Amino acid sequence: MLRALLLILSVVAIAHAELCKPDAQNAFKVRISIKTALGDNAYAWDANEEYLFKAMVAFAMRRYSSKSTTQISNVLLCNVTDRVSFWFVVTDSSKNVTTVPGSVVEAAIRMNRNRINSAFLLSDKTLQFLKITSTLSPPVEPSTPVWLIVFGVVLCLIVAGIVFLIVSGIQKHKKKNKESTERENLEEKVEVTVTLENGLPCEVLDLKAGHINGVFPADDERFTSL
Amino acid sequence: MSKDLSATPEIPKEDGRPKWDNKFQYILSCIGFAVGLGNVWRFPYLCQIHGGGAFLIPYFIALFFEGIPLLHLELALGQCLRKGSIGAWNTVSPYLGGVGVGSWVVSILVSLYYNTVLTWVMWYLINSFQEPLPWSVCPLNANRTGFNKECYESTAVNYFWYRKTLNITPDIAESGTLQWWLILCLATCWAIVYLCTIRGIETTGKAIYVTAIFPYLVLTIFLIQGLTLPGATDGLAYLFTPNLNTLKNPRVWLDAATQIFFSLSLAFGGLIAFSSYNLPKNDCEKDAVTVAIVNSMTSLYASIPVFSVLGFKATTAYWDCLDRNIMSIINEFDLPEESIMRQNYTSWISFLNSSHPEKIAGLKLKSCDLQEFLDQSVSGTGLAFIVFTQAIILMPGSQAWAILFFIMLFSLGLSSMFGNIEGVFTPLLELQIVSKSTPKELLSGIICLISFLIALCFTLGSGSYWIDIFDRYAGSVPLLVIAFFEVIGVVYVYKIKRFSKDVKWMTGRKLNLYWQITWRFISPLLLLIVFMAFVALQMLRPPSYTAWNPKYEGFPMKEEKVYPPWVQAICVLLAALPCTCVPLVALFHLIKQKRRSKDTSLVSAEVFSCQGANSNFPHPKE
Repeated sequence: MLRALLLILSVVAIAHAELCKPDAQNAFKVRISIKTALGDNAYAWDANEEYLFKAMVAFAMRRYSSKSTTQISNVLLCNVTDRVSFWFVVTDSSKNVTTVPGSVVEAAIRMNRNRINSAFLLSDKTLQFLKITSTLSPPVEPSTPVWLIVFGVVLCLIVAGIVFLIVSGIQKHKKKNKESTERENLEEKVEVTVTLENGLPCEVLDLKAGHINGVFPADDERFTSL
Repeated sequence: MSKDLSATPEIPKEDGRPKWDNKFQYILSCIGFAVGLGNVWRFPYLCQIHGGGAFLIPYFIALFFEGIPLLHLELALGQCLRKGSIGAWNTVSPYLGGVGVGSWVVSILVSLYYNTVLTWVMWYLINSFQEPLPWSVCPLNANRTGFNKECYESTAVNYFWYRKTLNITPDIAESGTLQWWLILCLATCWAIVYLCTIRGIETTGKAIYVTAIFPYLVLTIFLIQGLTLPGATDGLAYLFTPNLNTLKNPRVWLDAATQIFFSLSLAFGGLIAFSSYNLPKNDCEKDAVTVAIVNSMTSLYASIPVFSVLGFKATTAYWDCLDRNIMSIINEFDLPEESIMRQNYTSWISFLNSSHPEKIAGLKLKSCDLQEFLDQSVSGTGLAFIVFTQAIILMPGSQAWAILFFIMLFSLGLSSMFGNIEGVFTPLLELQIVSKSTPKELLSGIICLISFLIALCFTLGSGSYWIDIFDRYAGSVPLLVIAFFEVIGVVYVYKIKRFSKDVKWMTGRKLNLYWQITWRFISPLLLLIVFMAFVALQMLRPPSYTAWNPKYEGFPMKEEKVYPPWVQAICVLLAALPCTCVPLVALFHLIKQKRRSKDTSLVSAEVFSCQGANSNFPHPKE
């Protein structure tokens, strides 16, 4: 009994070893750069992380195809190096000792790349699936190009400045012309007749700006009230 | 300065000529005119390729024997005669009127293309307000699987300059289309120039306070920032380490002489215009020495931050090269991360080479050499728009640095534009064709509008090739010719004895031996030698240019092409047009004199003198 169990286990192990090896069919190489991504907060790559990876791949397969019944045990990892890099394959649970086609795995991983990356706190560059290209996100483009806005502001200021200078120039020109004609008119008159009142010219007396002399009582207080 | 200055723009002096608000404004205008883009992007490059600190020797010799004397000559001439370039030379001798006309033509040609360079600066400036900077990332291609091909093969910075800014054509014969964004920026630049020069020196005098002083502030900020960057000391050491062997090469002396000459903006007529608005009793000798020394000191001062930043860029590129190699090795041998660092890279490489030579060879590692990165020297627009922009991306807070840098370049260029426009504007005001009642605003507006319309051809796809042509042919040889005739004209036609008396009257001191010797012999001789050497060198080099052609096999290297014959004809025309003004005007005047009756005498140059023309000015000392 024990011998039969051992035999089955060794067959499975050999089969797994056959399925998962570098450059095997439908196998992908993964390269992880934890220190580059996280620096001092880097975690160590151990068996627990490997378990998480297998779980994420199984999750991706299930999410991609709702019919898929991939278990964690279907994901095989091998050749883990210090780098950290390793190879993995996904076996088909329904058919024994075969691997899921590479295109399916690729599509599944592509679809869920974001989730896989964030599970490990990494990015496309630091968690590399060699042979699986990632779609690049387009750069953020605002609806109006920013430069047009800045340009509009600058242009408005300049035009305002030019208009101001031209208008002030025209005004000064007119004032200068008026002053020169006024000076000419004044010089033409030989005498200036000034009406005098009490030795003071009339224009000086501002007849409207008079002061009320408070000494004299107001009109309606002349009569004592009854 | 009374408050009335703002109310009456032209304080009419005895001869109705506007004047500077104060002496400082005048000096600042001259300095602003002299200090331009070349101080930032040409002088450091020359220093670097001609043996670092050793280049300063021919540079200062050229300054002493060529720069300062010619500068003093122009300032004294303008101050004495109190006219723009055309009027001044007509007064010296009607046969020399062509010198003034030549200066005027050169000023027009240079204004046209110089403002287009400012257009590019403005375009980069308004693009610096984005995050991330548009020249730091490559745009994606059509189906978003990768980056745009042209950008990917060269660099993002190159792509932004050649494609997004210039939209350059692969050949000068292909004109391409007008680039609307450049037209908008060009209109803005000409509007700014119009705003600042609208009433001549009254408005430029106010604007110059900002445009001349601001670059120094920014240079200081960049100096402090640059010195804190890693690799700055490598760049500075590289720049200033003197290599005296280069002095044996005559090319170095030629470059020093031409650099001084073009840097001081001589023979444009702008300096004559500026000094013509001075009071005649002004020490032009001290002014000339001041302006020349400030210009050279600015060049030196600017080269320090420029080279700190270039050293930083080279160091970063070197580190990137090392890092890429390290990453390939780590990936290939599956070594743990951070096992190979930059410090132990060489020992690892030698170890791996001995143990697995085929694997190492298969990786095709690039050899990383810091010296090689430092050797990549660029000048001109390449320095500002490609190399420096790349360095700015690497600095923290890159938008602020980009904005500061481009505003500085814009101010430097704008203050030089003031001088160019003044060189065009002032002679026009004095010519009889413009009536007295025409307001100045209208005249400057017409000049700016016409210049804008002509400069539209520089916004075509092939525009930058044309600007190179203008820079190489219109802004170089004619100036040397005009300056030569200036010196000869003053010394031998106006006669140096009379000029010495005029200068003595203006400055209050006798002309010392230095000026006598340099004006009479050394400067004209130097100019002649420089002119002949310059022309000889231009002839030796076939008239070729480098084109940006994405379809070229060696892309991203630029393709060497030869100018087609019609373009070569235009080059010759540009160089010859201002020069031929000199003999043409002399000939025209000769014919006019022969036609007139014999008893009307020539308006002899002997009759005119500085003191006589300015006799209506009060002489407090006498």
